Amino acid sequence: MTFRGGRRGLAVLAAVLVAVAGIAWIAWPSDGLPQGQDVVIPVVDGPADDQKVLIDASYFPPEGGGRAPAVLLGHGFGGSKNSVRDQAGQLAEQGYAVLTWSARGFGRSTGEIALNSPDYEVKDVRQLIDWLAKKPEVLLDAAGDPRVGMAGGSYGGAIALMTAAHDPRVDAIAPSITWYDLADALFPEASGAGPAAGVFKKMWAGIFFSAGGSGLNPASQADGLARLLTGSTGQPAPADVTPDQAQCGRFLPAICTVYQQIAATGKATPEAVDLLRKSSPVSVQGRIKVPSLIIQGQRDSLFPLGHADLNAKAIAATGAPVEVAWIAGGHDGGDAEADFVFAQTLNWFDAYLKKDGAATGQAFTVSRDGGRDPGTRQNVLLHAEGPAYAGLGGTVTSELDLLGPDQEVATPPGGSPAAISSVPGLSGLLGGGAQGGGSAGASLDLPGQVAVFQTRPLDTALTVTGSPTAEIKVYGEGEVTLFAKLYDAASGQLAVLPGGLAAPLRVTATPTGTPVKVTLPAIDRRVEAGHVLRLAITTTDMAYALPAQPSVHKVGLASTTLTMPVDAGLAAPAQGPAWWTWAFPLASVLAAAVILLTGRPRRADVAPDPALAEVPLEITGLAKRYKNGHKAVDDLSFRVEKGQVLGLLGPNGAGKTTTMRMMMGLIHPDGGEIRIFGEKVVPGSPVLSRLGSFVEGAGFLPHLSGRDNLTLYWQATGRPAGEAHLEEALEIAGLGAAVERAVRTYSQGMRQRLAIAQAMLGLPDLLVLDEPTNGLDPPQIAEMRRVLKAYATEGRTVIVSSHLLGEVEQTCSHAVVMHRGRLVSAGPVAELLRRGELNGSTRLEDVFLDLIGEKA
Amino acid sequence: MTATGYAPGRTLPLRVEFVRQFRRRRTMVMFGLLAALPWILVIAFQFGPNNNRAGNGLRISDLAMEGGLNFAAFALSVSASFLLMVAVALFCGDTVASEANWSSLRYLLAAPIPRDRLLRQKLVVALAYSAAAVTVVPVMAVLAGTLAFGWNDVRVPGTGEVIPALDVLPKFGIVILYAMVTNLVVASLAFLLSVSTDSPLGAVGGAVGLVIVSTILQAVEALGGLREFLPTFWNTAWLDALAPVPDYSGMIKGTAIAVTYAAVLLAFAFRRFRRKDVVS
Repeated sequence: MTFRGGRRGLAVLAAVLVAVAGIAWIAWPSDGLPQGQDVVIPVVDGPADDQKVLIDASYFPPEGGGRAPAVLLGHGFGGSKNSVRDQAGQLAEQGYAVLTWSARGFGRSTGEIALNSPDYEVKDVRQLIDWLAKKPEVLLDAAGDPRVGMAGGSYGGAIALMTAAHDPRVDAIAPSITWYDLADALFPEASGAGPAAGVFKKMWAGIFFSAGGSGLNPASQADGLARLLTGSTGQPAPADVTPDQAQCGRFLPAICTVYQQIAATGKATPEAVDLLRKSSPVSVQGRIKVPSLIIQGQRDSLFPLGHADLNAKAIAATGAPVEVAWIAGGHDGGDAEADFVFAQTLNWFDAYLKKDGAATGQAFTVSRDGGRDPGTRQNVLLHAEGPAYAGLGGTVTSELDLLGPDQEVATPPGGSPAAISSVPGLSGLLGGGAQGGGSAGASLDLPGQVAVFQTRPLDTALTVTGSPTAEIKVYGEGEVTLFAKLYDAASGQLAVLPGGLAAPLRVTATPTGTPVKVTLPAIDRRVEAGHVLRLAITTTDMAYALPAQPSVHKVGLASTTLTMPVDAGLAAPAQGPAWWTWAFPLASVLAAAVILLTGRPRRADVAPDPALAEVPLEITGLAKRYKNGHKAVDDLSFRVEKGQVLGLLGPNGAGKTTTMRMMMGLIHPDGGEIRIFGEKVVPGSPVLSRLGSFVEGAGFLPHLSGRDNLTLYWQATGRPAGEAHLEEALEIAGLGAAVERAVRTYSQGMRQRLAIAQAMLGLPDLLVLDEPTNGLDPPQIAEMRRVLKAYATEGRTVIVSSHLLGEVEQTCSHAVVMHRGRLVSAGPVAELLRRGELNGSTRLEDVFLDLIGEKA
Repeated sequence: MTATGYAPGRTLPLRVEFVRQFRRRRTMVMFGLLAALPWILVIAFQFGPNNNRAGNGLRISDLAMEGGLNFAAFALSVSASFLLMVAVALFCGDTVASEANWSSLRYLLAAPIPRDRLLRQKLVVALAYSAAAVTVVPVMAVLAGTLAFGWNDVRVPGTGEVIPALDVLPKFGIVILYAMVTNLVVASLAFLLSVSTDSPLGAVGGAVGLVIVSTILQAVEALGGLREFLPTFWNTAWLDALAPVPDYSGMIKGTAIAVTYAAVLLAFAFRRFRRKDVVS
C-alpha cells in the first residue's frame, strides 16, 4: 500500500511538473534576437559620383548556415538602422542574410538627405548590394549579383521601389506605406488636376521636413562615425551650427531651398514637382519588374491608398507578380499590424527569394474591423482576401442617390478656424489612436463652411472598397479650395469619417457653376443598413494650406449619383470556433471515460458460494494493512453460524473495528475474503442489505429529528416502508418524545440507542454492533443484553464487538478473540471458560489475558 | 440473495436526497441570502447618497436603474464573479464531505447504496441546488428591479443602445444557462474535494481557492493567450450575449473550457470514491 501510494504521489508530481514545464516553455520569452554586426560601408554617390559617404549599417548573417538570400531592410523617415533592428533579427532567424543601414543623412551615416534620389540614395544602396555580393553567406544568382529582396516602410519602402527600378539585381520587394508620387502626396488634387494645382498638405510636409532636420547636426554626426572607424572614444567637439544648418538640418541644400519656397507660398513650383517626382516611382514607371508586395495603410493621410494603387498598377503592367494589402494603420496611427506585415513580407520573400513557398495566394488583402475579442476585450482585425486586385474602382459599383440643395460655403479670412479631418502626427503622439478605421470624435466641420449632401438610409449594408466618386458644381467667382469628405452617419451616433481622410480640390468657380468630378479618398468600410452616407464639402481643413482671402461660394450637386466601388471578390476567411472548443471537451470526455474505466474494481470471483448460503459470516485469510504500514488485520479466519451471538473480543487496536468495516464493504481488504450468506463482500454488495450495522458511533443528520433520520435512512435503502419495522426499532431506542427533536440536541447515549435502532431497521439477518453498550447506563445495558439475546433467537445472528469481557460473557454464546490483527481463539464462550479452568481461573478476563499473552 | 425489496437501482432516490439536503440550515441561509441580495441592491440604489437618475455613464452599474432587466444584468454581473461561485462550491463541496463528517456516509454505503450510485445521486442533487442558486439571483433581480425601476427596455452597457425587453428575455435564459455552465468547473472541483476529505469547509474552501488563484493568474498579462484556458477566464463572456449583435464565440469557448475541466474532475471524483477506504 505504501508502495502504491508513493507511486501515485510520484505520478501526480510528475504530471504537475510536466504541466508547469509545458506552460513555462510556452510562456517563456524566447532568447534574444540576433544582434547583428555593425559595419561601416563607404560608398560614392552624387550626380557626378564624387561624393564619399560613410553608411552606418548592420549585417545579420542568416541563421542555419549555408548561402541564403539577402534582404535589405530600410527605415522610415527620421529613423535609423536601429528602428528596424528587431525585424532584421527576425528575418535573420528565418534564414535570410539581412542588411540594415541608416540612409545618408540619418543616424550615424554621413551625407545629406536627398529623399531617395536616384543620384544619391539609390546609388548608395546599389553599392550595399555590391557589398552583399561579397559576403560568403549570401546566395548569388551570378557573380556580383546576390539574390536580394528589399523591404521597408515609408521612406524605406520608397527606396525599395526606387532601387528595384534602377538595379536589376533586386529580385523582390515588399514596400509598405510609401509613395508613388511625392509631389502628389504633398500637393493632392482630387479632381485630377495634378500636383501643380494641388493643395499643399502643409502639416504633413512640416512634420516630414522637421523629422529630417532635427537631431544632431551633420558635422557631429560625421565626426561620430569617424571616431567609430578609428576606435576613439573621445567626446565629439561641440560643433558650431551655421544658420544654413539650423534652417535645413541634414537636408541637401537644393531640397531645403525648394521646401522653403513651397512652404512659404503653399504652391507647387514646376521645379519642386520635378524634384519630388525624381524621387518617386512615378518617374520610373515600367522599370520595376520584380515581384512586389505593396502594403498600404487605411489610416494614412500622408500616403493614402491611391499611392499603393498606382504603384501596384505600374508594376503589374510589366507582368511582374503583384499583391496588395491594405492594413488597418498608417501614418495617422491605428494598428500598424507589425506582425501581419512581417508575416506577409516573409511569405513573399520565401516565395520569390527562397522560392520554396507559395505566395500569399491572395492578390488582395484588406484588414477589417473584426469586433472585439471576447477574451481580451480588445478590438481584433479580420483579413478579408480576394483572388484579384480590382483597384480603387472595385469589381462592381453601387450607385446611391445624393440629396441636398445648393448651399453657400464661406472661406474664412486667413483660413481660420479650420475643419479637422485628421491631425497629422497626433495619433502617433497619442500612441496608436482609435482602431478599426474609424476616426470618431476627431473630425469636425464648421458651420457656414460646409455643404452637406446625404443619401437615404441604406436598405442593406454596403461594403465599399475603393474610391467613391461624386459630381458637384461650384458657383461663384475665382479660385476656391474645397475639401470633400464622405461620412458614415447614423442617427444617435457620431458620424464617422473613415480613415479621417479628406480629398482636397482646387476649383475655379463660375457663376453658372463649374462641374467637378470628385474622387473621394479610397477606403474600405462596411456601411450598415439604416446608415446614410453624407458628402460634406468644406472650405477649410487644418492639415492643408488655405487661402488667406475670404470668399463665399455656392456648392451644389452636378449629379445626384454617388458611385460606391465594391470588391465582390473580397471575403473574410470563415471564422469558425477555435479548434479547441470542440477538441478539448471531446478529449476531456475521452480522458474521463478512460479514468473511469481503468478505475473499475475487478469483478472477479464474486460468484456466491451455495454451500455457504446459510452461513451468516465466513472470513478467510483476511488481511488489511493501512497506508502508514500498520497491519490492522492479519490472516484472520473465522466463521459465524446462524443463531449465534458472537463476541468479537480484543483490546483496543486489535483490529475489531477494521474487520467490521470490511464486513460493511467500507474498506477494501488487501487479502482474503469475507462472505456473508455465501456472497463475497465488496463495496456495495447487494447482500449487505441483509446486514444491519452500527460501527464506531452514530451517524445522523444533525438537523433532522430522530424519526426523520430513521425514515429517510430507510427510504434511502429503497426498500418498501412496510419492511422497516420502524416502530419496533424506535421502541428499542426508547427515546420517547425526544424522537421528534433534532438529533443535534441528543446526548451521547440517545444517539447510540438511535443508531442501534437504525441498525435493526428491517430486522436484518445479521446484526453487527461495535461496542453497543458504550455510553449506556446500567439499566440500559441490561435491556440491551436482553434485546440482543432475543434478536438472535429467531434464526438471526448478532456480532458484538467489545473490549469489556463481562459484556461478552453475559451476552454472547460464542467469542472470537483477536490481538494485533490476528485471531487468537474462537469458539463457544463456555469452551473458553473451560480452558480457563485448566489454567486456574474461570474469569473470562484471565482467560483473555492468558490468550493474548499478557498475563502477569 | 438480498433482503426483501432491495434493489440497487432504487436506493437513495433523488427525492430523498433533496429532502435530506433541503432541511439544512446551510441551504436555507444560502438561498435566503441569494434571494435577498437583489432587494439589498435595490435599497442601495434607491437610498444611496448619489441617487441621480440623470447619470449618463454607460457602465453596467450606471445603467442598473434603467429597468428591471438592466438591474438584473447588473445584479448578475456583481454576483457571478464570486457570490454564485461560493454558493455552487458550497452545494457541491459540502455534499459528500458533510456526510463523512457526520459519519452517516458509512451507513448509507452499508445500506448498501452502490458507491457510483450514491455519488451520482448526490451530484445530481448538488448540481440542481447550484442551478437553483444561479437562477434565484437574476429572477429575483428582475422582480425587484421591475418593482423598483419599472419594466423598461434594455440599454446596452458601453454603447447605450436600446433593445426591446421582450427580445432580451430569451437571451437572459441563455445568460443564466451560461452562468450555470461556467460554474461547472467550481462545482466539479468542489465535488472532487468533497469525496477526498471529511471536512466540508476544506472542500468548499479549496474550490473557492481555485477561483481566487485563477482570478489572480488572469491578471497576469504576461501569460498572454494561455489565460484563455484558465477556468474563470470566460466567466464574464455572457455580457456579449446582451449586446445588440450578440457574439457567442466567447461563450462557446467558456463552455468548452468548463466542460473540459468538469469532465476530468468528475471522472477523478468517481474513480477516487470507488477505490476509497471509508474510514470516517
